[in-house]
Amino acid sequence: MHIVVCVKQVPDWDIPPSSFKVDEGAKKVVPPPGVAPVTSQFDAIAAEAAMKIKDAGGDTKVTIMSMGPATARETIKQGLAMGGDEGVLISDDAFNDIDSTAAALVLATAIKKLGDVDLVLTGRQAVDWDTGVTGTLIAEMIGGPVVTFAKAVSVADGKVTVERVLPDATEKVEATLPAVVTVSNELGEPRYPKLPQIMAAGKKQVTTWTAADLGIDAAALAPKLTLEQLFVPVVDTKVEIIEGETPEEQAANLAKRMKEAKLI
Amino acid sequence: MANGVLILAEVVDGAVSPVTAELVAAATGLGAGPVSAMVIGSGVEGAAANVAGVEKTYVVDDAALAQYTTDGYTTAAQAVAAKADPAIILLAQSDAGRDLGPALAYRLNTAIAMDTIGLEMKDGKLHTTRPTYGGNARAVNGFTSEPAIATVRPKTFEPAAGGSAGAVEKVDVDLSGIRTKVLSRDVAAAEGVRLEDANFVVSGGRGMGGPENFDVIEQLAGALGGAVGCSRAVADLGWRPVAEQVGLTGKVVSPNVYIAVAISGASQHMAGCSGSKNIIAINKDADANIFKSARFGIVGDYKTILPPLIEAIKKEKAAG
Repeated sequence: MHIVVCVKQVPDWDIPPSSFKVDEGAKKVVPPPGVAPVTSQFDAIAAEAAMKIKDAGGDTKVTIMSMGPATARETIKQGLAMGGDEGVLISDDAFNDIDSTAAALVLATAIKKLGDVDLVLTGRQAVDWDTGVTGTLIAEMIGGPVVTFAKAVSVADGKVTVERVLPDATEKVEATLPAVVTVSNELGEPRYPKLPQIMAAGKKQVTTWTAADLGIDAAALAPKLTLEQLFVPVVDTKVEIIEGETPEEQAANLAKRMKEAKLI
Repeated sequence: MANGVLILAEVVDGAVSPVTAELVAAATGLGAGPVSAMVIGSGVEGAAANVAGVEKTYVVDDAALAQYTTDGYTTAAQAVAAKADPAIILLAQSDAGRDLGPALAYRLNTAIAMDTIGLEMKDGKLHTTRPTYGGNARAVNGFTSEPAIATVRPKTFEPAAGGSAGAVEKVDVDLSGIRTKVLSRDVAAAEGVRLEDANFVVSGGRGMGGPENFDVIEQLAGALGGAVGCSRAVADLGWRPVAEQVGLTGKVVSPNVYIAVAISGASQHMAGCSGSKNIIAINKDADANIFKSARFGIVGDYKTILPPLIEAIKKEKAAG
C-alpha cells in the first residue's frame, strides 16, 4: 500500500485578525513580520490519517508531497517526523500564483510519476484560499473516485472505507482504489513528533521535482479562474457596551435595549 | 453557443430544497439569459415539475441516484450541462454542491468559484466574490473558460418569489461507472429549531470552560425560542455535537440575533455568523475580536451575566 499525503505550506492562520494584512496592488496576503509559514491545518490531519492506516499494520509506505517554495521542505519534514517514509517537493517559479486546477495538475502529474499510488490523502481545504477543490480535481486527473470530509479512513481488500462528516449527518462510504480522500478536523489532532523522530526525519529522502521534471509547460498552467481583487472587508459595526453596577443590572439593561431595538 | 444560467435544484425528502429559490433569484438577477434547472435523483420527476421561476427543468431520474455519490451526481450534471450548454452554472454551497462542483468543473474543462457571496456580470462575464483566508479577506474572481461555475452560500440571496415552473425534459445518463458506495447514513437528530433556520442563535465558546456549563446556553436559547450553536474548539473538544458548530468548517447561520458567549471571534468563527443581523457579545475580555462585529456587548463573566439575563429576557417578553 502506497499512500501519498499532499500538504501545503500556508501563512500562519492562527494570528489575531488585527494583524491580517493584504497588499491590494499585488493581490497578496502580507504575513506579519517574524511569523513563519505553517502546514495547512487540515493537511497535517490528513498526514495523521495516513499514520493511523500505517499503525493498523500491513506493508504501508507514506510519501509526503508538497508543491511550493523551497521553504515547503519544512512542511514535508513535519510529515516525515510524524512517520512518513519519503518526501517529494515540487518547486518551480512557474508554479507561483497558479490557480487550483493548475495546482491539481502539478500534484496529479507528480502522483502519476510515482506510479504505484493506491491512496491520496489531503486536507478538506487549504486554510489560505479555503476553496476545497484540489483533492477532487486530483481524483479526476488520476482517474479515481474521491470521498470528501473524512473523519475516519481505513483500507482493506483493495478498498478504502471512509466515515464522512456532514453538517447534519455522518455517512460511511466505500470506494475503489486508487482513490483520493479529503480529511476534516473531526479525525483528530495530528500526532506530535518526539525529538528522535524529528532527528530521523532529517535523514529521510526528499526528492525535488521541477516543471521540467514533470514535463509540464507554461501553457498547461494558464489560469481558468483569475484573481481580480483581494481585499479586507470593512466591518462598520459600532458596539454599544451595556454598563451596569452589578451583573444583574447589566443583564437587565441588555434585555431592555434588546426590547427597545425590537429584537425581542 | 453557450447561453443562459443552469442551476442545480436539489431535492431533499421528495421536495425541492429551500435554497433553490435563492439560486433562482441569483441566476435571474444576473440577467445573463434564460434560467433553467436540473434535478437529479431517484423518484424526483414530481419534484422536477415544481421548480418555480425557471424556463425549463432537466431531470435525471435513475435508481442509481437514490443515494448521493460524487460519481453518480457529477455524471448526471455533466450530461445535463452538455445538453443545456449554459454560460453559467450555479450550485448551492451545500453537501452536494460543494462536493460535486469541482468534479463537474473539471469534466466541463472549466473552473469553479466556491462558496461565493457575490455575483456580478462585467463585460458579459461572471465575476464572483468569496470569503477567503478564514473569512479575513474577500477575493473577486473571473473566468477564462466557459461555463463559469460557482457555488453560492445559502442565505446570500433573498429567495425568488415563486413564478411558474418550466417544462420538464428527461435526460438519460449511463450511470454504470459509479465507483463509490454509501454503506450507511445516519442523520443527526435535530432537537427543536434547526440552527440554520433559527431567528435566535446562542453560541458558546471555549471560554465556557466545560460541557457541563452549557446549561445556561440552552436555557437562554430556550427563553428566546432559538437554537444552540458552538465554536469549532468546543466541537473539537467534544463538548457539543459537530452539528452545532458555527463557522468556516461548520454551519453558516444568519439569524436576526446571534448571541456569542465566551467566544473570542476568530475569523473562522465569524465566517459562520457574520451574516447575522444583530450580534450580541458577552465576553470577559474587552479586547475580544467579537466586539468589533457586535451591536450590543457586555464585558463580564457569563456565569454571573447569563442567569439574570435569562430572567430579564423572560420578563421583557412577558411584558409584551
